[in-house]
Amino acid sequence: MRPGADASEIRASVSSGGISAVDVCARALDSIARLDPSVHAFHEVTGEQARRCAADLDRGARPRDAALLGVPIAIKDNICTTTSATTACSRVLEGYVAPYDATVIQRLTRAGAVVVGKTNCDEFAMGSSTENSAFGPTRNPWALDRTPGGSSGGSAAAVASGMVPVALGSDTGGSIRQPAALCGVIGLKPTYGRVSRFGLIAFASSFDQIGPITRTARDAADLLGVIAGHDPQDATSADVPVPDYRAALTGDVRGLRVGVPRHLLATGVEADIATAFDRALDELKEAGAIVKDVTLPHADLAIAVYYLIGNAEASSNLARYDGVRYGLRAEAGTTHEMYARTRDRGFGAEVKRRIMIGTYVLSAGYYDAYYLKAQQVRTLIRRDYEQAFADVDVVAMPTSPTAAFRLGERAANPIQMYLSDVFTVSANLAGLPAISIPCGLTAARLPAALQLTARPFDEATLLRVADTIERRTPWATERPPIFAS
Amino acid sequence: MPTNLTPAEVERIATLARLELTPEETALFSQQLGAILSYFEDLRRADTTDVAPTAQIAGVEASALRQDASRPSLERDVLLREAPDVDLDAGLFTVPRVIGS
Repeated sequence: MRPGADASEIRASVSSGGISAVDVCARALDSIARLDPSVHAFHEVTGEQARRCAADLDRGARPRDAALLGVPIAIKDNICTTTSATTACSRVLEGYVAPYDATVIQRLTRAGAVVVGKTNCDEFAMGSSTENSAFGPTRNPWALDRTPGGSSGGSAAAVASGMVPVALGSDTGGSIRQPAALCGVIGLKPTYGRVSRFGLIAFASSFDQIGPITRTARDAADLLGVIAGHDPQDATSADVPVPDYRAALTGDVRGLRVGVPRHLLATGVEADIATAFDRALDELKEAGAIVKDVTLPHADLAIAVYYLIGNAEASSNLARYDGVRYGLRAEAGTTHEMYARTRDRGFGAEVKRRIMIGTYVLSAGYYDAYYLKAQQVRTLIRRDYEQAFADVDVVAMPTSPTAAFRLGERAANPIQMYLSDVFTVSANLAGLPAISIPCGLTAARLPAALQLTARPFDEATLLRVADTIERRTPWATERPPIFAS
Repeated sequence: MPTNLTPAEVERIATLARLELTPEETALFSQQLGAILSYFEDLRRADTTDVAPTAQIAGVEASALRQDASRPSLERDVLLREAPDVDLDAGLFTVPRVIGS
């Protein structure tokens, strides 16, 4: 098995007895030990648990044809695990060990995957740079003075640097796709309801989805196939059959209609990103796809809708951190003071800012003007996409308007940071599946990425396009200089 | 609609949110929250006459209601394990005194 192998190669080697799961695990832990001191992709590496899990696999704990047999995987630290702490990278949950495994963890375990650790993220997944982690930022493997994006920046950096072949992230407004874009890997946000949220620490419950971060379309297909499907533990999980995603990887996009909302791309997109985006569209045209213009009339309001509704839901979800049942407690004479002091000490600045905004827009006298209005505009944004999909099969945009930015560059200005999410939030508002696919490098050798959004439950088409691009271009094989080898 | 929130408004919201802010945080949030709320004013441009609000996509409508039957839950001692202060014998979470003094 070659160094830096992808999940499908690892699984094939372990299944056929070419390499043991223990050896695969040891190689992953070695590359983490070598690279992570400079990248800080991991909040916690769970080497001992991983080695034990791999040894069990070598003793036949799972069938030889298990979908992810022996594949090392990194898990964003807002997904609950019983074998190590889950903190959402917040002081308020430091050291917290969940009493149950998230459904996705149970499914990964059944499929023979080996969890090697929990990855760094923005606190409670609130951010676009991983700088809001209470435990320090992650660095972009392509340029260590830049952010990997966020909030799943640790997961994207771990995959991009080759420490692990695959990882799970969560995406509330772009938190899988934007870091995948900035790190040059694939990131897929599934349709709302496609993957169970049971055991995902809630941020904005009507937007949150868990999804794969990988280097190849095939690995994304395999990982999605394992984690997708109905779960009675999540009332919003959809009872829709899971197709064979590998079967979608035909390399054939002839006749596929790709819609481009040119009106959104006129300003604010870096020149190198715009060039890479157009090159990706040309590639799809050469492969037989039909590229045409579409209009999303309300898309320019998406960021306002997203931050209004998202923060309202967050202020409600984060009310549970009160120092009573788990996590940090600050001592005080009365319960009210204890709650307020615990929350002031436990939450970082961005989390407090969002709780404050959410509380304000939900408070008496402001509800109709803000929250109700945003929910109505959310309906208009959904309708824009329904109309677009009457005419095209996927909608294409750059994932991020810029390449990876420098650490600290946007930290002082919350609104400037929020604008990083301009192309990604709509998919969450409309509950649609969307993928970020690498499409070459800028002049400064930073990754650029194409984002495609599809109809509900049509992840297969997104994976088919990603696979087609992978077959036709060298973009998916670009690696950062530090890549594990 | 606000461009800056007054410190008193910030404190009122902080009380509702159960957050004990420092004076520095109150000052910073007066500015920043005002700017963010002003940004939300853009939404007024959209004509939402007779538009129904979207609270949730698909999921809830798509999934059938489950049977209203009791099911096993996690054990009490497991749930008390992560609490900062408990009375293990009584099986309770402990908080500062609420009634009387």
